[in-house]
Amino acid sequence: MAERIITVGSTHGLHARPAKLFVEAVGASGAKVSLSKEGGRTVDAGSILGVISLGIDHGDKIVLTTDATNGEAVLDDLAEILTTDHDA
Amino acid sequence: MSETTDQTAATTQLSGAGIGQGIALGRVLRMSDPLPEPDTTPSTRTPDEEKARVAQAVATVAADLRERASRVTGTAADVLEAQSMMAEDSSLADDVASRIDGGTTAERAVFEGFGVFRDMLIGLGGYMGERATDLDDVAQRVIAALEGRPAPGVPESDEPYILVARDLAPADTALLDLTKVLGLVTREGGPTSHTAILAREKAIVAIVGVAGADDLAAGTEVILDAGAGTVSVAPSAAQSDDARRRIAEREAALSGGLEPGALADGTAIPLLANLGSADGAQKAVDAGAEGVGLFRTEFLFLDARMAPTVEQQREQYVKLLQAFPGKKVVVRVLDAGADKPLEFLNDAHEDNPALGLRGIRALRANEDILREQLTALAEADRQTKADLWVMAPMVATVEETRYFMQLAGEFGLKTVGVMVEVPSAALLADRVLREASFASIGTNDLTQYTMAADRLLGSVAGFQDPWHPAVLRLVGEVGAAGAVHGKPVGICGEAAADPLLAVVLVGLGATTLSMSPAALADVRLSLTRYTLDQARALAEAALAADGAAEAREAVRTTAAGFAQPPA
Repeated sequence: MAERIITVGSTHGLHARPAKLFVEAVGASGAKVSLSKEGGRTVDAGSILGVISLGIDHGDKIVLTTDATNGEAVLDDLAEILTTDHDA
Repeated sequence: MSETTDQTAATTQLSGAGIGQGIALGRVLRMSDPLPEPDTTPSTRTPDEEKARVAQAVATVAADLRERASRVTGTAADVLEAQSMMAEDSSLADDVASRIDGGTTAERAVFEGFGVFRDMLIGLGGYMGERATDLDDVAQRVIAALEGRPAPGVPESDEPYILVARDLAPADTALLDLTKVLGLVTREGGPTSHTAILAREKAIVAIVGVAGADDLAAGTEVILDAGAGTVSVAPSAAQSDDARRRIAEREAALSGGLEPGALADGTAIPLLANLGSADGAQKAVDAGAEGVGLFRTEFLFLDARMAPTVEQQREQYVKLLQAFPGKKVVVRVLDAGADKPLEFLNDAHEDNPALGLRGIRALRANEDILREQLTALAEADRQTKADLWVMAPMVATVEETRYFMQLAGEFGLKTVGVMVEVPSAALLADRVLREASFASIGTNDLTQYTMAADRLLGSVAGFQDPWHPAVLRLVGEVGAAGAVHGKPVGICGEAAADPLLAVVLVGLGATTLSMSPAALADVRLSLTRYTLDQARALAEAALAADGAAEAREAVRTTAAGFAQPPA
């Protein structure tokens, strides 16, 4: 299982636009990825409502996990999206 | 808001708050109302049949939203794309499927399933809470698709029409083809609602807060008279002809040149533009703006983490000032806080941001940022020929006034003043204007603080009316203080863009009026209809009223009693 702990870079957290980009990328990867806010609920990272419902803010630490065979590469790509500031 | 019947013509007349002075004649198209809640009767179909119906409806709606997204750009496209993803969301699909397995209909399962996520978003509050509206819209579309009804929302028409709605949300107006909209009628909303602001910006005839708007059927002919605040339903041929004549007359009057603002007796009332960036300068000049009465500098600070450099700021200020050689340009230093928080100024959580560290208070706590802005403004002033005035936002005390005057003076800025938005500054305007070179009244915030009603909160929107005599009395205090000290008193706020209220404000002592460029023509025309003595009489009538609606009515009645030159 691959896992990453990431600090969210977008100024306004994971709201509509960055959440959309992130969920689209999860869908494109074909992998089943789980997302949780550190110490909180776990949601399907491919669900925009699941992702938005975590209420992730700028600077929050989040955990991504996947059992996919190419898991390490998938999470590297997703981590890059999450650490980028899409509001800049 | 009353409903009366004109006996002679058998024409129903509805009334509400008119925005501007325009007249419109056309046929009604309605924004569809929300669908009724699907009932809880158990399904007669099998769960698999219901799931297949949901899958098809969701696919149709998602495809439609993506197609709409491809026709627009920017935020509107992002919102629509996010909505299409919400429609096809896997967590939601699981939730809906489990409800169908429990025996509910597809419609009810979608209604309940979306409701769960909606409540979750509202529970998160703030920005996420606002997304609940987007999700509601998706739910309505899916249920409409299941029931074989047209999707709710903005009507599409090749013919120009009068749009009737409960209220318009920004998401609705993003897709509205304004070239087809002759006028707007809404049941909800007040003079500062989104609909009213849009109407003022785009110079569309609008009547908001019309109690009987729900009864206006599609295809009905109506006449909107914004000046009178009336909607005449199914007018007679003579009434329609009269409306056409008045529309033509008004068009002729409004295209009658771009003279400087003045009253009927020749008293000059310079008409200025409110601008949010240097890009709008040419449009303002074309509309006959005699300068800029409010230049908001917040756009320079959009990146909330870091302030722009002095060079970046100077470049923008030079661009603005070059568009107005020899003319007055009033620049407001950064007004952060409340509805526009900036992390580098204040990242502390505040329960009441409108009453918190904002405006001049936030700048004072970060004086280096204020000093940089004043440096850039002073440099731009030296490089250009405009008459630069600089003012501070949210000044509450005489001491703050002195502070800003002294600091701006250090940078060699010649004309320095304050915004009057807080009642305390209005009440002590005689002392504030002893220090400041001028005052500019921000009527939106002054109304919010006078009425103790958050201007961003829909549930108290009814209080946000600058016609309220309490607000006007404060404006009068500032006007009187300006007259005593011989200092200019400007108005920059939605109030100045209301053609009749603009005359009242002049009667209360305003010496200049600043507004969005689209509103200039109507206000210019309105000023020419009254002398200064008449404007003062209108102000007296407004001040003597019990409330905002009564003040508006009293001023209309008094104005109708004056012998006016033909429009």
